[in-house]
This record gives sequence, structure tokens and C-alpha cells, in this order.
Amino acid sequence: MANPSAVCNGHLHHHNHQKQNNLLKSGISKKNGITKGMKKNGVSNGTLYKKTFIEHFEQAPMYVAVFTFVGFAVGTIFGYLRDFMRAWGLEKRNIAAEREQQKDFVPLYQDFENFYTRNLYLRIRDNWNRPICSVPGPQFDLMERVTDDYNWTFRFTGRTIKNVINMGSYNYLGFAETDVNALKTVTIELEKYGTGVCSTRQEMGTLDKHVELEKLVAKFLGVEDAMVFGMGFATNSMNIPALVGKGCLILSDELNHTSLVLGARLSGATIRIFKHNNMQSLEKLLRDAIIYGQPRTHRAWRKIIILVEGIYSMEGSIVRLPEIVSLKNKYKAYLYLDEAHSIGAVGATGRGVVEYFGMSPNDVDVLMGTFTKSFGAAGGYIAGKKDLVDFLRTHSHSAVYATSMCPPVAEQIIRAMKCLMGLDGTTQGLQRVRQLEKNTRYFRRKLHEMGFIIYGNDDSPVVPLLLYMPGKIGAFARRMLEKNIGVVVVGFPATPITESRARFCVSAAHTREMLDTVLNALDELGDFLHLKYSRYSKSAHPELYEESRLELED
Amino acid sequence: MAAAVVGQQWVLVEMVQAFYEAPAYHLILEGILILWIIRLLFSKTYKLQERSDLTLKEKEELIEEWQPEPLVPPVPKDHPALNYNIVSGPPTHIITVNGKECINFASFNFLGLLNNEKVKSAAQASLKKYGVGTCGPRGFYGTFDVHLELEERLAKFMRTEEAIIYSYGFATIASAIPAYSKRGDIVFVDEAACFAIQKGLQASRSNIKLFKHNDMADLERLLKEQETEDQKNPRKARVTRRFIVVEGLYMNTGDICPLPELIKLKYKYKVRIFLEESLSFGVLGAHGRGITEHFGINIDDIDLISANMENSLASIGGFCCGRSFIIDHQRLSGQGYCFSASLPPLLAAAAIEALNIMEDNPDIFQTLRAKCERIHKALQGISGLKVVGESFSPALHLQLKESCGSRENDVKLLKRVVDYCMNSGIALTQARYLEKEEKCLPPPSIRVVVTVEQTEQELDKAASLLKEAAQSVLN
Repeated sequence: MANPSAVCNGHLHHHNHQKQNNLLKSGISKKNGITKGMKKNGVSNGTLYKKTFIEHFEQAPMYVAVFTFVGFAVGTIFGYLRDFMRAWGLEKRNIAAEREQQKDFVPLYQDFENFYTRNLYLRIRDNWNRPICSVPGPQFDLMERVTDDYNWTFRFTGRTIKNVINMGSYNYLGFAETDVNALKTVTIELEKYGTGVCSTRQEMGTLDKHVELEKLVAKFLGVEDAMVFGMGFATNSMNIPALVGKGCLILSDELNHTSLVLGARLSGATIRIFKHNNMQSLEKLLRDAIIYGQPRTHRAWRKIIILVEGIYSMEGSIVRLPEIVSLKNKYKAYLYLDEAHSIGAVGATGRGVVEYFGMSPNDVDVLMGTFTKSFGAAGGYIAGKKDLVDFLRTHSHSAVYATSMCPPVAEQIIRAMKCLMGLDGTTQGLQRVRQLEKNTRYFRRKLHEMGFIIYGNDDSPVVPLLLYMPGKIGAFARRMLEKNIGVVVVGFPATPITESRARFCVSAAHTREMLDTVLNALDELGDFLHLKYSRYSKSAHPELYEESRLELED
Repeated sequence: MAAAVVGQQWVLVEMVQAFYEAPAYHLILEGILILWIIRLLFSKTYKLQERSDLTLKEKEELIEEWQPEPLVPPVPKDHPALNYNIVSGPPTHIITVNGKECINFASFNFLGLLNNEKVKSAAQASLKKYGVGTCGPRGFYGTFDVHLELEERLAKFMRTEEAIIYSYGFATIASAIPAYSKRGDIVFVDEAACFAIQKGLQASRSNIKLFKHNDMADLERLLKEQETEDQKNPRKARVTRRFIVVEGLYMNTGDICPLPELIKLKYKYKVRIFLEESLSFGVLGAHGRGITEHFGINIDDIDLISANMENSLASIGGFCCGRSFIIDHQRLSGQGYCFSASLPPLLAAAAIEALNIMEDNPDIFQTLRAKCERIHKALQGISGLKVVGESFSPALHLQLKESCGSRENDVKLLKRVVDYCMNSGIALTQARYLEKEEKCLPPPSIRVVVTVEQTEQELDKAASLLKEAAQSVLN
């Protein structure tokens, strides 16, 4: 991206350059973003990227980190105080207790293990697991619940909070819908097949519906073959162990999803972690692994596999795929790409990060993705060469031991995928992809302008907004709900301790009005809670900003 | 002796004389040589060190040289798993396998709820209201009112305090075990335990002790061993959690676990019991509550019960139930619960309706039991095949009485039996395993699944057909 000759699109290059200058002038330190790109890390990425690749990881001022730690310290001190009071009977103990008959068993939980849950998480527990009672579309209905004992238990009032704007569900393309026409085929299949399958793929659970879906997925992704599984999480955790084993090396991004981590662990292979999206770190690990071989025995590794995600769900960053592919080719490693959040959500026709970077699906050895998010269904797939899929059909844990995918769910995926591919005879699918792109750009740009620190790639529909302090997590989510907006907030241990955040998932189904409502609420709340930490001053070149917006949205 | 001493002295004198007489350059040369030797002696170690460092060029060569194994080894085209059956239409009582209509003796649709109209219409209503997917994990707006209702209903049905649902049957017990048992803890597990349990144990990284299948004496031996171990290190013993993990009806053998004895051992050695009931839930007991009801055991004596909703309930997913003290912990620690999208609401609605049907027709379990017993009896005495499993188990195994040498050949032989039946309109399947991954690989077998929809004639037909097939294939 730093190399002008590589940027095919003239005005994009122009915009990019200005933006860089703009950012550099304002003197923002970046963890992983632009500064890296300019250094050409590892491989010369100037020729690899066909379009601009901008990721922001602005660091907050020092005092924010200090106050965050102070916040945690105060919480911890009060936690100890209240634990002390509970121990002496000064405060009511609400914790469910062990059975009388089993009091002398080894305790099931260590007391300190739950300290954080009991004393810190509990205070803001009402912001998670909020039950909904409608389709998780752009707006949903929440069941109102109250607590009479400071979040130990909840009571439903029986009322519903109607039409809350949904900024939390992974409904990127808006396929979570109840439109009768759209769901017509799903209704028919449900009537025909019922819900269950009652057998595994290898026994009596391969239905014609699964075969149809697999062919379609392979066609959609432009690969030889594909296999589908009943659960996205299990697609990773039950297939990675089939692909690698003892004597193999897994190189895993430090921010990979739990399912990838679990799969890697269950495989018995050696696991090494590289820094998030950091190509120097990955290349060093690759070199060392090949040169020095396995620890202790110094035998050569049987194979090396790199595990990465397309879009990282907590950072909003997009994988540096072109660089990884060139590294993997150079060092003869294999690449396993988890497109859980990116399939459908990025790329000109929704075919994920591979398309986003203008690459060939054959560049990636194992293409994995889920149907939970963009397709509004459930389950996952693995696609690639026929050899790979044949091997999985015979060796995947899921194919042998787990019940196969529910047929109406398979039909939902088929109809959504056909819509995306234009096989339904409309351009609706393509419109959704375009709309998502527009919404994402608009939402991210506005948040930047307001002065919030947001992480990730400009094109990623996952938008994390940094809150930092633990006290602000609860305040933010509650006040947003008061304004009829449902948001997702995340804190430690899902994020680093100083980087609590709110996460928005932009959807193609969000209208401009909805986004504006959310943005206005955020603007107001950002001032009230003092969340606008960004030191990047938008007033420096406002006119450039406007210009770039016009270019990108046409 | 004396002459020799004199002789030596003379040599020494001569040497000293020669030293004085030698020219100076000679001495200098020798001196340099001695110094050189000393230098060589001391410098040797340093040289070795230097040599072990790889130069950049060598490194590049090593990288160039390395050839990895292919990502996956090629699969032979005739691998049985590559040529699996394709079912057209719903896998209900009458099933179309590879284009041929058969009576289904292969799907775990014990109560015949897969094609039930009531279940379907409940799912349809849910589809209309909620669409298909949930687009999020339980924590992030993936909790629907139907999920809460299903959890409440399951808890009520099982008469426990709380239940928790997972979106995949396999992930249920595989997530539940590592939520409690951590590194350093001890799990006593039956060696016939199903694959999901094995994976859960592996994920927990606990210390695993296998006992012989349903052998309580062997289990007690291990418990006693542990007791002596504990006495040696009481401090460690105080924080080492212990669990027994068993199945109600074993998937791999069709046997029932001796629960009353296990309960005795539990209190004697203070070990918690985790029970996997995927096969026994909705099957055993007067109301289908599973093995605890079958033995008349207080359900609170079992620390955790897990089962999937993919067999009797004919939906998708699984659940755990027990006391809140235990179950609630999974809401933050069950990996398959926290980090996976929640169950599609239409599947939850189907499960609720299936529970309704189970509650309204408790005689269905008696019917199922009678049918199981009927076919179990009818299958006795087949030449070359033996029936493995309890008479009331809805999934029983037919194993070869005598192996013909290799597992591969046994599998081929059984396949011929299955094919024979399939050609005559009875759909059966072999129990499939990952042969290299299983801890204790069960012998190859044909699995016969009984459902309430099968008529007595059909059961008899299946049994006589199996007899016929065994006769023609095995003799």
C-alpha cells in the first residue's frame, strides 16, 4: 500500500496518501496499522495488496490506562471487603451452595477462581444474556427483566421492550428475517423433513439436502469440494485434529477464536503463537521451526499449518492474507483460514477475505467458515481440494460421531447462498453486500469523526469502540438500552484488561435512519461518559475527509 | 637393578648436556612449538562453539531442503466412508436409501417424533416468528425466550433444579467435562465411554484413569489406589477434584451402567458422578427420565446428567441438568455454550413439543421397551452373529462370533450382511468409529435401532432377514 505503483486505482491511491499524511501529522502511535504497512513487513507488501489496507489501533492517552487500573483496583478492594463481610455473615450469601450430603467432598470450585465473577462481573451482569423474543433482525424485542437483589437473580416483568435497534447480532447480510416469501422454501423443507436427522453422516444421516448444500457451497466458493457440519464451533474443534497430529506444528494467531484453540489443543500437535496479524512474528516462527525442527528430538516437522481468521471478531481487523499466502508458499506451510465473520460480509460479491484481496481460493489450503452469521442459519463448512474434503469425509470427528445438519437449516443456507449468487434471478444478494459495505463505511467514518477510538479495518463490519474503564462498561450498555439500542459490551477476560470495549456489528438491514439514531445516541453518550479519547483531530483536513467519502461511496 | 639406575642417570645427564649444547634457534623453535600446543589445547572448545552456528546461507539451504508431508494423505476410492448412503427425503420410519425404499432400523428416532405433525407445526410457528438462525451466542442477544422455556421444561421434566442447553449434541458432554475438571484433577472413566466423553476428557487435561467396562471391582481398585496416594500427600488431595464419568446406556456396547453400585462408591470415596444419557434419556424409566428413574435413584445423587436432544427428542442439540450449584457454572465456563451460536429457535420449539408428547403419552416408553425386548429375543441364535446389549436397549449391536482375522475383513463381511438386508427393504448400518482415535476400539458391529413406529411384523421381518443374511454371507 505504500508503493504507489501497486495501487491500480488512481483516486484510491490519492486518497490513501492524503489520509496517511493526515494521520501521521496528528502523531498517532499505531500498534499494528499503517506504520507497519509502510515498513513493508516481512515480504514486500507493496505489490501484494491490490487495494488500500488501513487498520487502526490507536492507543489511548496514558492517563486512561492509569484510571482503568485504578478502577479495577477499587473494584477488587470492595470485592475483598464484601467477601469478608459474607464470610462473617454481615452480608447475605446468595451463592448457590453445595449439597449438605456432599459438604466433605473436594470443593468443586476454588473460592478465588470465582472472585472476579462474583465481585466484578456480577455488578454488570444485566448487560449480557438479555433474552429476546423476536427475530434478531435490525430491530428486536427484548424481554424486560429486573433484579431485586443486585443482579444475583433476574425477574421478568412480562413486558417487552419493543423495537430495540440491534447492534449486536452477527446478521451482516440481514438474512435473519421472517419474510414469508423469503422463507417459503424453508417452510416447505421443514414440512417435508421435520427437524431432526437422528444419525451421523457416515451412518444414515447423509440426506440429499446435505449433498445439494455441499455442491452449492463448493460452487459459491469456487473450489473443488466442500463438506458441511452441524455447528460452527465444532467445525473447528472436530476437524483440526483430523488434519494435524503429533509431530506437526500449528502456528496460531494470538487472538484466534476459542474453537480454533480447542481444535489445536485436541490435535496433539505443537502450538506456537504469533502476534496478532504480525507478519514478522509469523515469519520468524516459520524460519525457526524449519531450521531447528522439533524441540528436543530436532527431527524435521511433519507439516506446518497456519491458523488465522478472516475478520477477528473482537478487533475488527482483517487478516493480512496476501502476505500470509506469500509466506506460506515460501516456507511450504499450509494455511487454514476461518472465515466465520468474513464470509458474506466482505468481498465484492460476499465471498469473504479471499475475494476482498482479489486472490484465488486455491491460495488457501483449508477454507473454513460458518453459516451462523451472514447466512442467518447454523453450522459450518470446510472447503478446498477434493483430496482434503474426501479425507475429512472419512476422518472428521464430526462425520463419524455427530448428528448431521438439520434439513430446514440447510435449506436456509441454500436460499441465502442462492440469493447471494444471484441464482434466485434477482440482484438482491448483491445489493445486500453493497449496502453492508456502505453502512460499514458510513458508521465507521462517523465514529472516527466524533472522536471515538475504534479498532480494526475500515471495511470490517465488526466495529469495536474502546471504553477502557470497567465502570463504563455497565454505564454504556445500560444507557444505550434506555435509548432503545441493544449493544454488546466486552471486558476482561475476553479482551486485554485495559481494553474493555463495546462492539457493534453493522448489518445490511440497518437503514440510514437506524444508524443515525445510534450515532446520535453515541455522540451524546460519548460526551456524557467521556469516551472520545481519540487524539486524531478531524478538523485538520475536514475537506479531504468529505472528498474521500464521496469517492468511496459511488 | 643397580645397573639400570645408573644407566637412567646417564641418559638424564646426557640430555641436560645436549640442552646446553643445542643451538639457540633450536631451542626457540621448540619453545614456540610447546606454546603452540598449549594454545591448541585451550582454544579447542571455542572453535567447537563457533562451528555450531548456522550461517545465513546454511539456514536458507535448510529451508529450501525441508519437504513437508502432504496436508492430507490420499484416501482410497473404495473407502467405505466415501461411499456412504444417501437418504432422499426424511429419515423416518420408511426411508429411501440410495433410491431404495426401506424400513428404517438405523436412525436413533426411538420415539418416532421426527415426522410428528405436532412437532412440525410447533417448529413452523417458531420459524414464522423467529426465522432460522440466532446470529449470536447466548451472551450477545442469542438468548431467546424459547431457550429459557426449553431449559425450564427440561429441568422440570428431569426433576432437577436447572438445565442448560447446547446447540450440538456432541459438544454437550465434551464441553461440560472440561468446565469442571481441570489439569491435576482425576477422572475415573469407563473404557467403553463414547467419543464425546473422550474428547471432553482430553480437553480437560485431567489425569484419566480407565476402568474395565462396567467392572465395579476394577473401579474400586483404582479408587483405593488413589486413596493410598492421597494419604501420602493430603495437601494435594484436598484440592484434587475427582469424577466418575459413565454412560447410562453405552453407545458402543448397548449395556446399562450399574448405577446403584456407583452411587455407593461415590459416597464411600467422595467422587462426583457425571452421567451421559444420550441413549437412555427418553427411553428408560416409566416416564422416560432415563436411568435414574429406571433404578429408582434420587436424581440429586448424580452431580451432572448430560444428554443430547438428537435421539429421542428428534431435534438437534443437547442439554445438561442437575443442581444450580453445578449447572450455572457452565454458563460462563462451558466452551460450547459461551462461544457458539445458540440453538436455532425452531429446533428448541420442536424439542419443547417433543417433551409435551412424552409427558402426555408415558405409555410410549413401555411400548418401546416391549419392541426392544421382542427383537432382542428374535435375534438370538443367529449363526455367526451375537447380540450385544441389554434386552431393553433401543440400540443394540450384532457382532461377529468369530473374527475372520483382520478388522478390515470383518467390516467387509458385515457390510455384505447389511447390503443383503438393504436389498430386501431393511435399512441397517454398521456402527462407525475412527479406528485410530478411539481409546478402546469396540469390535465391528451392525447397529440395530428400534423405534416405536416399527410394527411387530417389521421387527420379526428384520430379525428373520438378518438370520437369512448371516446364513448366506457367513456360511
